[in-house]
Amino acid sequence: MPSHTFSVNGETVTVDAPDDLPLLWALRDLLGVRGPKYGCGIDVCKACTSHLDGEAVRPCVVPVSEAAGREVTTIEGLADGDRLHPVQEAWLEQDVAQCGYCQPGQIMAAVALLKRTRNPTDADIDEIANVCRCGTYFRIREAIKSAADRMA
Amino acid sequence: MTRHARRRFLTYLVAAPSLAVATKIGLDAYAPGNADAAIPTPPAPADLVDLGDLLILAGKPTANMLVLSVNEDGDVHFRLPREEVGQGLTTAVAMLVAEELDTPLDRVHIQLDDARPELLLNQLTGSSNSIRSLYDPVRHTAAAARARMVGAAADRWGLKARELTVRAGVVVASDGRTASYGSLSAAAASLEPVALTVTPKKESEHILVGTPTSRIDARALVTGKHAYTLDLDVPGAKPCMVRRPPTVNGTVKAVNNESAVRAMPGVLDVVTLDTGVAVVAETFGQALDAKEALDVTWGPGTVDALSDDDIRARLKAATPSLDVLGVLVKKVEAEFDFAFASHAPMETNSAVADVRADRAEIWSGLKSPIAAQAAIAKAVGLPVSEVTVHVVQSGGSFGRRLFHDAALEAAVVSKKSGRAVRLMWSRIDDMRHGRMRPATHHRVRATYAAGQVLTFQHQVAAVETDFRHGLGDAVTAAAADLPTGIGNATFAQTLFLTTVKSPYNFGVTTQALTEVPLKMHTGSWRSVYSANTRGAEEIVVDELAAKLGKDPVAFRRAFLKTARQRAVLDKVAAAGDWGRSLPGGWAQGVGFHEEYKSCTACLVEIDATDPKKPRVTKAVIAADVGRVINPRGLEAQLLGGLTDAISTTLRAGLHIDRGLPLEGSYSQFHYARQKDSPRDVKIFVIEGADEPGGAGELGVPAAVGAVANAYARATGTRPRSFPVNFDVDFTPFPR
Repeated sequence: MPSHTFSVNGETVTVDAPDDLPLLWALRDLLGVRGPKYGCGIDVCKACTSHLDGEAVRPCVVPVSEAAGREVTTIEGLADGDRLHPVQEAWLEQDVAQCGYCQPGQIMAAVALLKRTRNPTDADIDEIANVCRCGTYFRIREAIKSAADRMA
Repeated sequence: MTRHARRRFLTYLVAAPSLAVATKIGLDAYAPGNADAAIPTPPAPADLVDLGDLLILAGKPTANMLVLSVNEDGDVHFRLPREEVGQGLTTAVAMLVAEELDTPLDRVHIQLDDARPELLLNQLTGSSNSIRSLYDPVRHTAAAARARMVGAAADRWGLKARELTVRAGVVVASDGRTASYGSLSAAAASLEPVALTVTPKKESEHILVGTPTSRIDARALVTGKHAYTLDLDVPGAKPCMVRRPPTVNGTVKAVNNESAVRAMPGVLDVVTLDTGVAVVAETFGQALDAKEALDVTWGPGTVDALSDDDIRARLKAATPSLDVLGVLVKKVEAEFDFAFASHAPMETNSAVADVRADRAEIWSGLKSPIAAQAAIAKAVGLPVSEVTVHVVQSGGSFGRRLFHDAALEAAVVSKKSGRAVRLMWSRIDDMRHGRMRPATHHRVRATYAAGQVLTFQHQVAAVETDFRHGLGDAVTAAAADLPTGIGNATFAQTLFLTTVKSPYNFGVTTQALTEVPLKMHTGSWRSVYSANTRGAEEIVVDELAAKLGKDPVAFRRAFLKTARQRAVLDKVAAAGDWGRSLPGGWAQGVGFHEEYKSCTACLVEIDATDPKKPRVTKAVIAADVGRVINPRGLEAQLLGGLTDAISTTLRAGLHIDRGLPLEGSYSQFHYARQKDSPRDVKIFVIEGADEPGGAGELGVPAAVGAVANAYARATGTRPRSFPVNFDVDFTPFPR
């Protein structure tokens, strides 16, 4: 069984897994990192959105072998100890979450967007394709704008 | 007394204080806004006693068997016999408890109760009924706890209870002495039970209740710390997935390559079920690969020959004809079709099960856990008392988690495999073999003369909705309290008549349901019959207004029955600048709905310059749900209802093709994304009086009407089939 070494939320980890095992299952089932959620397995719902070297990816379609030697950040790694990331703070301020299942992915997608664009337009926000089945989209939009203000 | 029991104080009330249920509303409440404008319509059955009233009544004998404890650290723990699926119930209940106890909200912890069969008919989450059914019992329980705390302090200090006050979880005497709840909890536990004359605070004294409050679990949700069913650490529980048949309800005839699949990496076991073939493996990735590799010979399902066209034809044929009218009678007539719709909660159907020879433990998102416990006990051959069913807060429901199919499968696999399992449905299976809102056909006719509506008839035909999840027992238990007018209706008709009603004075009004029994996986979908039934009626209302030469808002205003109804309509018309001029291809639309003692209006603007790609650009919603516990949570529910309506009216539905839904993921079932959602949403909560009404489903039907009416006006069409854009614009996954 091949062995893969990479960093998860600042900690170096090694897992024994087939090369093509999706990173999502390496994280959830082998490493117990369960913030990223399964919602479709084919990069459609984007509930598992996490960062690979700072870029948003969907671990459900990233083979674990591709993570080797790189830095994986999941929702658990976003806050600095007890100090939340400004995007998480904005999510609390707007009381975005209903069932909450998609929100780790929504937040990771928003963080990646704000990294690319400090002042995202409504059209930029429209491009986030993560599904929220509770339909919280308007609060997500308001939270991203609030986070942009916080980070300005 | 055990050590554990000594450390805290419990209140466990069995006797019920008087609860007001089934308030009768007389005709006098229904005086039309303008006496000349409308022919009064007598109250419908749902105006007198609605489904929520029946559930409250059925649950009444056990309504006050609530468990609240105060620990020595002063933390308050309340066990909630309901499910949290995102509707914000735990926050609202924590607010009620904190209010009555005069203790900070962050000291109140809500734990979802395990299945408690002794609660009989009082552990079902549905019909927008949780706050309605819990509002009084929770307040009485917390008020009794507060009285015991104060009583313990009074004993300690030799003072009278009435000389004491409570501030932030601390009992304070007039001479300045203080005692925290934590320091009093042991003494309070040994007090004689407080007499049930303890009454909750007057509502005018509420400080926290009624104030916009953020979710108590928000931080856990945004940090990834909240544990859903499959995030739980159950020792030894292995991932499990099920290969399912190519058609709905197909059966397993033979597994042709079991030994090859058992030899695949990580595979631990292969178990044949009634519903498919389960694979247990070290990771979900391996379970998924292995279940895909299975070669199974399948038996037929229950609707293999049926596709959408056949089902629609059957529904249409089953819809009773309306009376023959004279040729001179002026009328508006319309027929509507609504497609099947998936519940599609983000968290797919899932459960953890650990079944041993003498006991079983189950974890799952369950809205009817007592029914689940009974079914699981039977399936694994254990007494109910040995089956512990934990209710886990879950990732959405919309009606889906009334059913316990994943928990049942997990229990059977665990028993047969001899190990604990974590069972997860794939998204494709969740959409194709999961539950769905039944397709419906509607025949509506209104007649009018001299500016008045004389009659309003609506015949609905629906594929049978599966209600076999414990709701039937509750409704049957309360059947003696059904109002007249329902008579010997079938169970489904009873549900229809206790949930659907017309809010208008349209003269003689009839609404009726006919079911077409097809063995498919149907279930209640947020607002059950009302999204389609009332949505269709709101479209007809717009067409009636046009025939009578009236503006849609002015027309509704004239025919609504009460001032309370008109207030929400007026609010959206004013705040939404009704009638403002918009570019070509854009339009406003309005809808109104009333259910479970609440009412709402919705105004939207739509950009349908490309009729194939319409976008709702703005929404204004107003609601009066009576007493509001948490306005912020209520607004969230209305926002969700709006998104559901935008989705199912414009694009989201399931196509049935030879016994199976074609859609298998969100790339195919087009639930709205950010780009489909309005950039401008305003929600107004109009504070009502009296008891709380239902709010969880309220938002959908009005918004269906508003979106459909806006689309009709923007495009100059008369939409009759929903969703309006419903092409098979994808390549289906293999069966």
